[in-house]
Amino acid sequence: MSTPSVSTEDTRRDLAARVESLLSSYPPGSTERLEFLRARFDAGLAWVHFPEGLGGLGLPRGFQQYVEQLLAEAGAPDNEPRKIGIGLGMAAPTILAFGSDEQKQRYLRPLWTGEEVWCQLFSEPGAGSDLAALATRAVPDGDAWVVNGQKVWTSSAHKAQRGILVARTDPNAPKHRGMTYFLADMTDPGVEVRPLRQITGEAEFNEVFMTDVRIPDSDRLGEVGEGWKVANATLMNERVAIGGAAQPREGGMVGKVAATWRSRPEVRTPGMHDRLMTGWVEAEVFRLTGMRLRQKLLVGAPGPEGSAMKLTFARLAQELSGLEVELVGEDGLRYGDWTMTRPEKVDFTGRDAGYRYLRAKGNSIEGGTSEILRNIVAERVLGLPSEPRVDKDIPWKDIPR
Amino acid sequence: MSDVNLLYTDVEDSLRSTVRDLLGSRCPADAVIAMYDGDRSVVGPLWRSLAADLGLAGLLVPESLGGAGASAREAAVVLEELGGFVAPVPFLTSSVVATAVLVAGRGAVPGAASVHVDDRAVGSAESGTPSVLLDGHGPGLLGALASGERTATLAVPLSASAMSFPVVATSAGDALTGKVTSVAGALDADVLLVPVAVEGGLEVHAVEASAAQMAPVTSLDMSRQLADVSFDGAASELVVPAEAGDQALRTALGLGAALLASEQVGIAQWCLDSTVAYLKERRQFGRVVGGFQALKHRLADLYALVEQARAAARYAAATVAADDSDREVAGSLAQAYCSGVAVKAAEECVQLLGGIGMTWEHPAHLYLKRAKADQIALGTPEAHRTRLGDLVDLPA
Repeated sequence: MSTPSVSTEDTRRDLAARVESLLSSYPPGSTERLEFLRARFDAGLAWVHFPEGLGGLGLPRGFQQYVEQLLAEAGAPDNEPRKIGIGLGMAAPTILAFGSDEQKQRYLRPLWTGEEVWCQLFSEPGAGSDLAALATRAVPDGDAWVVNGQKVWTSSAHKAQRGILVARTDPNAPKHRGMTYFLADMTDPGVEVRPLRQITGEAEFNEVFMTDVRIPDSDRLGEVGEGWKVANATLMNERVAIGGAAQPREGGMVGKVAATWRSRPEVRTPGMHDRLMTGWVEAEVFRLTGMRLRQKLLVGAPGPEGSAMKLTFARLAQELSGLEVELVGEDGLRYGDWTMTRPEKVDFTGRDAGYRYLRAKGNSIEGGTSEILRNIVAERVLGLPSEPRVDKDIPWKDIPR
Repeated sequence: MSDVNLLYTDVEDSLRSTVRDLLGSRCPADAVIAMYDGDRSVVGPLWRSLAADLGLAGLLVPESLGGAGASAREAAVVLEELGGFVAPVPFLTSSVVATAVLVAGRGAVPGAASVHVDDRAVGSAESGTPSVLLDGHGPGLLGALASGERTATLAVPLSASAMSFPVVATSAGDALTGKVTSVAGALDADVLLVPVAVEGGLEVHAVEASAAQMAPVTSLDMSRQLADVSFDGAASELVVPAEAGDQALRTALGLGAALLASEQVGIAQWCLDSTVAYLKERRQFGRVVGGFQALKHRLADLYALVEQARAAARYAAATVAADDSDREVAGSLAQAYCSGVAVKAAEECVQLLGGIGMTWEHPAHLYLKRAKADQIALGTPEAHRTRLGDLVDLPA
């Protein structure tokens, strides 16, 4: 991000030429959406920081924005990233980092085009913050694994073809060492998906019950027993995905409150104004912090700094959405709709103030609770001592539960 | 609003390490603590080294006038380091604010990466002609400030801001009369820049510090000790004319607030680092206390605040350097945010250090006092929030 160099300009010219060539071979106006997306992937313009042949060009991450801008200007269809966020933000970088060549070839293209929707099979009723305590078992059987267990808080499971799964493969090993990471087939007859209704009235998440689900060994990601390491890479990406998206000023929750303030002069009071401006300042500084972090990460993988971003994101979303409910006074006493629905996509800033307030409560729980994230920041960024872990060195099967 | 670089360039990193090395050897904490008992002997030699030897006094002075022609980005890095040492030097008051008054008074943008200054001087003190103030020095007052030969301050209370500053002096002929309270940098200055209300605007006059009555104030922050300054028919010279004075003062005070944020980042970072380091050593209940979750969580939250303050302060400096249209928003944003973070960091430092944090001997109190005074300096967070409300169309 320092000074623009000649090579940056050259790269932009090269990208513009590639986009131009894609658009002339597959004019968006007359090309079927999926065909265009596949062609875009094959042209290396899906995610330019991925390697050539896997939808990218091996360029720094920062150039992607330029490609998106050129394609948007040309009216090209996108891959509706909000609907496939788990695939793009979590499964893809993990498959890229740990997958075999065959796995990368097989999974990344339909993941990116949205032909295959992914979900995340990590949390369990007995393994939330302590994810490494998970009990879903995968037992080898010939050249496959047989999986039994229950997962929870699985968004998109009812629409997903694939799931990233962590399961216990060695109950005799200490908990962190006995897990393995799989790319599960959600259409297997042993997979049962039930909606999990939440605080807002709707059900964006699911419970997933797995009974004798067969996963071929070729769909194992990483080595047997390395599941914790692989899962951690996913979680780092998740925190960046939740807390770190680029936003324009007033792009997030603060924009909703600001819009209410501007359109409803009758609700303005001096006390509310100072709270609004305090929130506005925090939100804008948070946005700049994200910008600064992305400048640092232009080349490189997300580190534990993403955890600090997510902490702040959650706090601000909760404070600002709470402020808005208060701000609208009597209207804050009403709620849009408690009907149980299955939302197509999740928008933290969608619907009405009451919904936003309630949905924001999840922000400090999903993707690592704020309490766990504080531990991560304290230990991995500040180098403070780890929490005592009494169950760390004993076989998983002997841990009291 | 633009995607300015919020990181540090190699040049900025190298400047930082030079300043840090010098402060490390010339600005020991016990010398700053001694200032609270009236011993200001650390200031003179330290400021000469920083101002003249390292050339920091002329950072924001254009090269054509003998300065370094650097931008707000570099000045911000210097302020981070000065904050990290609670260094008792008049860089902010002289090399940022007073310098900016003179640069802005010439119609240029102080702190922008390339400042073009009209060579046509305004008053006699700014021209090459012999003057009471400068005794015939060629490059004018700005040149003398740049070389470190002279040090100036703007005669307004430290709590004054771009939004509100008092004008108390009146001029009759070339003689000034009036009293200004709580002026920072006055005890270190040999030239005072005094706003004077006149028909048709606001002039800025230069006065020899020796021609004013200076009453040192027992200050909350003795590392930036204040003085009450009075003029009783003091000889003065016009340095910014009436039509440019108001704008020049607002610009300079705005720049001061924008860059003060970087000093606050330096304070906050020192407090975080010192607290973390201490809690990794200190043992109670048979454990390193930094392993207690209640403390880890507070430090994690503090880390997040400091990282955010850094982004805000960098944005303020970078938008000034780029002469970006968002610079006013960025400056008030940074000041509204970083003030509180510095105070929070210093308060956490004092608390988490336990008893040692309450002692006179440990430097934590220096940072708390500086941070609390900085919160009031150049506009309170609330005043900057109110200004932001106007700037971003969120009216009260």
